[in-house]
Amino acid sequence: MTVTPPTVAAELPRRATRRLRSIKSRETWAGLGMIAPAGILLVLFLIVPVILAFTLSFTNARLISPNPPRFVGFDNFIRAFTADPVFIQSVGNTAVFALVVVPVQAGLGLLLAVLVNRRMRGVTAFRVIFFIPVVTSIVVVSILWKFMYQQDGLINSMIDALTFGAWSGVDWLNDPHTALGAIIVLSIWQAVGFHMIIWLSGLQTIPEELYEAAKMDGASPWRQFTNVTWPGLRPTMVFVLVTITIAALGLFVQVDVMTQGGPVNSTSTIVYYAVRKGYEQQEIGYAAAISLIFFVAVLIIALIQRRLTREKD
Amino acid sequence: MSATRTLTTARPRTGRSARMPVASEKSHRLRGKILLYVAMSLFGVIFLFPLVFMFVSSLKPDSQILQDIDSVNAFLPVGDISLDNYFGVFDRVPVAQFMFNSVLVTVLTVGLGLIVNSMAGFALSRLEWKGRLVVLALVIATLIVPFETIAVPMVYWVAQLPTLVVEGGVPKYDFGWLNTYEVQIVPFIANAFSIFLFTQYFSTIPKSLDEAARIDGASWFTIYRRILVPLSGPAFATVAILTFLPAWNQYLWPLMVVQKEELRPVMVGMQYFFQLNTAWGEVMAYTSLITLPVLIVFLIFQRAFVSSIAASGVKG
Repeated sequence: MTVTPPTVAAELPRRATRRLRSIKSRETWAGLGMIAPAGILLVLFLIVPVILAFTLSFTNARLISPNPPRFVGFDNFIRAFTADPVFIQSVGNTAVFALVVVPVQAGLGLLLAVLVNRRMRGVTAFRVIFFIPVVTSIVVVSILWKFMYQQDGLINSMIDALTFGAWSGVDWLNDPHTALGAIIVLSIWQAVGFHMIIWLSGLQTIPEELYEAAKMDGASPWRQFTNVTWPGLRPTMVFVLVTITIAALGLFVQVDVMTQGGPVNSTSTIVYYAVRKGYEQQEIGYAAAISLIFFVAVLIIALIQRRLTREKD
Repeated sequence: MSATRTLTTARPRTGRSARMPVASEKSHRLRGKILLYVAMSLFGVIFLFPLVFMFVSSLKPDSQILQDIDSVNAFLPVGDISLDNYFGVFDRVPVAQFMFNSVLVTVLTVGLGLIVNSMAGFALSRLEWKGRLVVLALVIATLIVPFETIAVPMVYWVAQLPTLVVEGGVPKYDFGWLNTYEVQIVPFIANAFSIFLFTQYFSTIPKSLDEAARIDGASWFTIYRRILVPLSGPAFATVAILTFLPAWNQYLWPLMVVQKEELRPVMVGMQYFFQLNTAWGEVMAYTSLITLPVLIVFLIFQRAFVSSIAASGVKG
């Protein structure tokens, strides 16, 4: 064993740290370099529009206008809540839509997931069938159902056949009492398969032994569901509820394709109204204010849901 | 005596005890199975009938569709069957051009998105750099922003972005991305949810692989390219599928920013069919045409589709 001269020994840690530092800085550059493309794009097409939405909402900006936007303070927000009955009605319609779609879609999705969560011949085929509407574009789905909802369309003739002719037929999408309901039905039909798959993946994380133990204790299928399945699904439930709520609040395409918000604004939603104001009527400042209100609502609801579902743990 | 007899006979009916005769339990299970198949088939019909109706109607002239609507014939290709509606569609709109536009936009959005977002995921999960945690938190925070809320300000914004145009062989700068391919692609390449999924997936791969490669002198990009990418097939498949559907189904955005017919995607092409008297047979033919490619892709990759959706949910 050779004795190292003291000078070299003192040098060693310093050189090592310098080298380490240069490795560190190279790692920093590599990190920045690899995040840069996504980072720049996210700033340009997410952060900037969010900031724009925020600032435009305090102006009277128009989409195409010779005059530069002028600061108007809270005018847009005051107008929305006090002087715009169509906006208020759009908020109401959106709320009704979400209040029906969230529980029904989540519940049906869970029912379907329980049905197909077993090893049986043909179960995969059923999973595929239940999922087919999800991959079908919502634009196509809306047009298809619009066709079926006509006064002399398939839906009425099917109800007529099922009630042995007692049905007189409804012009579903042109009646203010039924239009929103009709949109609710097709929306649930289209997306329930998506949530079935999410529930299914949650179901499959529950250990088989728990069910065996429950069966040994003589638990009925219902008891097995309430005592084993349901508690095991809590994290999945949070995800399903949050995603359905956010999707439901963003209702747009179905309305745009099927009813254009009518009849008499009975199907206008917040997002549909914002797009109509901002794009068709060019009132971009006002539309930005509505978008901002919508965003804050989404944020609050998502946070409340998270809080509520977490507290029970 | 009689009391014990009623007890033993009554028992199997209420609860399934161990003393239940084997044959009765078997029939019980069989009944359950049949019930299950009946329930699933019922739902199956509910999920399939509108699409069957669409495909069948696309083969019939409007008069035949109306005539068949009161009977089971609505779901059967009977009567005056032909491909006339499909020929009609090709006469009415430039289907091939719309298809080309949609395929181009979808392929580029998904392809570039896979590269850009996986690189970002790599930087966020494998590398140590200043500000990493801040950026990660920002990416997760942006997950909550629904596109609908920024769509209108975004139109305003992209209308002011600089773009390179070639006029008479001379390239020059111009402003405004309206009516271009890039406006349909570039804003959707970077995606916070994709970055999040990649970050999650990459962090499950052992870091010792990176260290070994570093000792062998590999650069970080080489490690990403040669080690992480080949090991992350499922993550790439998940992100590809989750971005493929919205890209193909784009509607609101191109409706607002693309007025030129030759640049529009298939979903917006829909609009050409709704005149005073809508020819529903042709509409059904067009919707069938633009649905079929997706359905075929889905049926081929259904296993990957289903596990992608499941993966996206479990991580949430």
